[in-house]
Amino acid sequence: MQDSGIKVLFMGKNFLRLLEGLWVTLRISLIAVIISIPLGILFGMFMTLKNPISRAVSRVYLEFIRIMPQLVLLFIAYFGVTRTFGLNLSAEVSAVIVFVLWGTAEMGDLVRGALISIPKHQYDSAAALGMNRIQTFWYVVIPQTMRRLIPLTINLTTRMIKTTSLVVLIGMTEVLKVGKQIIDANRFEYPTAALWIYGVIFLLYFLACWPISMLAKKLEKRWR
Amino acid sequence: MGLDFGFMQKYLPWYIDAAILTVRVSFFGILFSLVVGVICSVIRYYKIPVLQRIVSVYIEISRNTPLLVQLFFLYFGLPKIGIVWSAEICAVVGLAFLGGSYMSESIRSGLESVEKSQIESAASLGMSKALTMKEVIFPQALASSVPGICANVIFLIKETSVVSGIALADLMYVTKDLIGLYYETDEALIMLVAFYLVILLPVSVLASLIERRLRYAGFGN
Repeated sequence: MQDSGIKVLFMGKNFLRLLEGLWVTLRISLIAVIISIPLGILFGMFMTLKNPISRAVSRVYLEFIRIMPQLVLLFIAYFGVTRTFGLNLSAEVSAVIVFVLWGTAEMGDLVRGALISIPKHQYDSAAALGMNRIQTFWYVVIPQTMRRLIPLTINLTTRMIKTTSLVVLIGMTEVLKVGKQIIDANRFEYPTAALWIYGVIFLLYFLACWPISMLAKKLEKRWR
Repeated sequence: MGLDFGFMQKYLPWYIDAAILTVRVSFFGILFSLVVGVICSVIRYYKIPVLQRIVSVYIEISRNTPLLVQLFFLYFGLPKIGIVWSAEICAVVGLAFLGGSYMSESIRSGLESVEKSQIESAASLGMSKALTMKEVIFPQALASSVPGICANVIFLIKETSVVSGIALADLMYVTKDLIGLYYETDEALIMLVAFYLVILLPVSVLASLIERRLRYAGFGN
């Protein structure tokens, strides 16, 4: 029967289990975003330093993190670190570490972009008014960068949510895995369950990300 | 850590095969996503009534869901209603579905950057709408959307790493296989990183070269 598959969703606690699975990845992305915002701001300021060594270091870090697929980074953190250093990181901890490293790089680049977009005359004018460096930063630079940064940071959050779906491939039990368990458990009674379950997961991700990207779009338009 | 070079040599062909698969999937995925992107951006540019709505719904859906979930739906879900595709076709379709919206956004911003005076000049020369698009708007739009397209190309190649989720033997899959079979974790991971660098570094260098070249291609500035 074609339409029987959807019943699986409402049997027992199946739907609740899917939501719990989604929460696993959402939790990782939330933790990673919360940690990478302050680190990224520091990293972005670090990248604007004129010192050649700090420039080279930050550039290599940024380029390496950016050019590697996030899944490769996850593999390195989960399989490689465990093996090489004998550290037994759980999948969740290594996922958080990887996404913090990645988020810091991306956030840092956003902060750098926002910082260098401020024209030099802003600094000169602040200096002419007798502001010191901290005052210049606090009253002149931060208010102007914030408008640009907040929509981009919100966008980064949606990218983070989408990317954390990869953790299933290092063996975490998140929404896709739970979905697979439900499908396998009902394989003979409801053969079409896969269509509905994966369709619902698709929809759940959309519902998680769409409002956030709408918010970012709105703010971007208003503050332009 | 002592590296087992014999092991690396022995399994090099596995990685080469896997890399070929990664490149093939990315190539076709990017090709089709460019096609989808061009079609969608032209529809949005001319604001074609019904199609425009469909395109914007598609773009929102594709941009707000992860590729892995899209692939699971295509590969495990769709066969239940009789649409059975091989894993590789699913990967290409998924990549085109995801990439199409990103490409469309980049191309559209390029189209919108072409000044109105250009279109009016073309009209005063008696060019038809289609000819104006082909000869005047599109070439200029392409030049200014290339940086965005290049970024998307790199993004899409990186995204292909998730196709191991639907059992395609790409670089990630081979690595996981070797780690599971022989515990030669360091060697397998080093090969993995090396192969991705071999694929992605030239693309990234090429992209920045093209970008630098195109900075001179702007009209009137």
